Amino acid sequence: MDNRENMEKKYLEALSTYLKDQNEQALYQGQKISRLHIKYNISPEEIISMHKNNLIDLYPDLPEKVVDSFDFLLEVMMGYGIAYREHQSLRHQQQELKTEIEIAANVQHTLLETEIPDIKSLEIGAISVPARQMNGDYYHFVEDENECIGVGIADVIGKGIPAALCMSMIKYAMDSLPEHRHEPNSVLESLNRVVEHNVDPSMFITMFYGLYDPHNRQFSYASAGHEPGFYYDAATGTFSDLDAKGLLLGVDKKTRYRQYEKKVNGGDMIILLSDGVTECRTNDGFIERETLIGFIKKNMHLQAQEMVNNIYKQLEKMQNFQLRDDFTLIILKSKV
Amino acid sequence: MEFQSCVKIINEWDIVAARQLGRNVAKELGFGTVDQARITTAISELARNIYLYAGQGSVCIEKLNEDGKSGLKIIAEDQGPGIEDIRRVMEDGYTTSGGLGAGLPGAKRLMDEFDIESIPGEGTTIVAMKWLR
Repeated sequence: MDNRENMEKKYLEALSTYLKDQNEQALYQGQKISRLHIKYNISPEEIISMHKNNLIDLYPDLPEKVVDSFDFLLEVMMGYGIAYREHQSLRHQQQELKTEIEIAANVQHTLLETEIPDIKSLEIGAISVPARQMNGDYYHFVEDENECIGVGIADVIGKGIPAALCMSMIKYAMDSLPEHRHEPNSVLESLNRVVEHNVDPSMFITMFYGLYDPHNRQFSYASAGHEPGFYYDAATGTFSDLDAKGLLLGVDKKTRYRQYEKKVNGGDMIILLSDGVTECRTNDGFIERETLIGFIKKNMHLQAQEMVNNIYKQLEKMQNFQLRDDFTLIILKSKV
Repeated sequence: MEFQSCVKIINEWDIVAARQLGRNVAKELGFGTVDQARITTAISELARNIYLYAGQGSVCIEKLNEDGKSGLKIIAEDQGPGIEDIRRVMEDGYTTSGGLGAGLPGAKRLMDEFDIESIPGEGTTIVAMKWLR
């Protein structure tokens, strides 16, 4: 059995073997000892001291100057010993941080959870995947008392923990909106005031909010500088950008948002996304919005949830399984 | 107190004198070469901090004898600007990354016990101990 105590003996054995015959086999023993030393937290200065003592045992007639030189080497190695201990302690801290972030990510997941509404005239699919552990994208569904479906999608500029913290605030601001009808422009206006008031001026949030009324199949929406989505017109079989103008949240508390309306016919689709979708990078650069439309078309025959899952998987593969930004994709499919 | 000896730290050469004093006492107490080097390095770091940041101060070495255990105590004292945020200077990577040396966390690891007291504007006292095994 190896232990810290018999390391000196092992070192002596390996060293004398090597000094008898300088071959690779003996050097390989040295490499193994190095690993053991690390395992038992033996510092560089201890190794020098071990080496010196062993050498004196093996060669009692060693010139005194040579023996003394090891004391000098030991002193030089002190700094490395300190750096090595610091490295170990930092590694331990890193592990702790990682665990902490994992827990935070779980907390965030629970915090931001939203239920996808189940209504007759609409099929809904949604996916949101963070680039790192915590998500700076957020989507939210709400069904009001008139059976209207509200859908919000937001993206904090930036990613990781600061973005995620910021998103939790949006979620609570949304929850505290008045219960009555969620008009997209007024939703964005009140969130804008919250963001302007509470968030660091260097942080910006883009957001799209839409409201679907199943009674007249009307989709009204407004955007605060958010990546434009797509609208699929089933009658003509064409895709167009779901354009909407508006300033980012948090820039100016007096910002007014324009509301747009669209009549949704059976078979039409509303596709909402974060810039993590359009900024998928492959070896040839960013993907074109056209490419993305291609992926949507390819999966159009599927259920809305399967569609978003498949498109995510295909885009993930296209960029070698490395997400550069948080990825959120929502598809609302109007039933015929 | 059976033994205490001090070195005033005013210029860089005094760091060497403090090291020498520490090494002599460590040797007398029977510390091995590795521990001698550790104690000396810790003294060096503490003395260097005084020289660099406080301008002047002192390093004292004491022999310890408690419950049959013997050891060595370093007391580094200065009337310099003091340390505003002790937690920060005790953080790993705070000084070493800037190439400033082992820093206080490094010195702490070389010793068995380490205690720091500092009042901004008044000065800093660091007491560190190592026991003979």
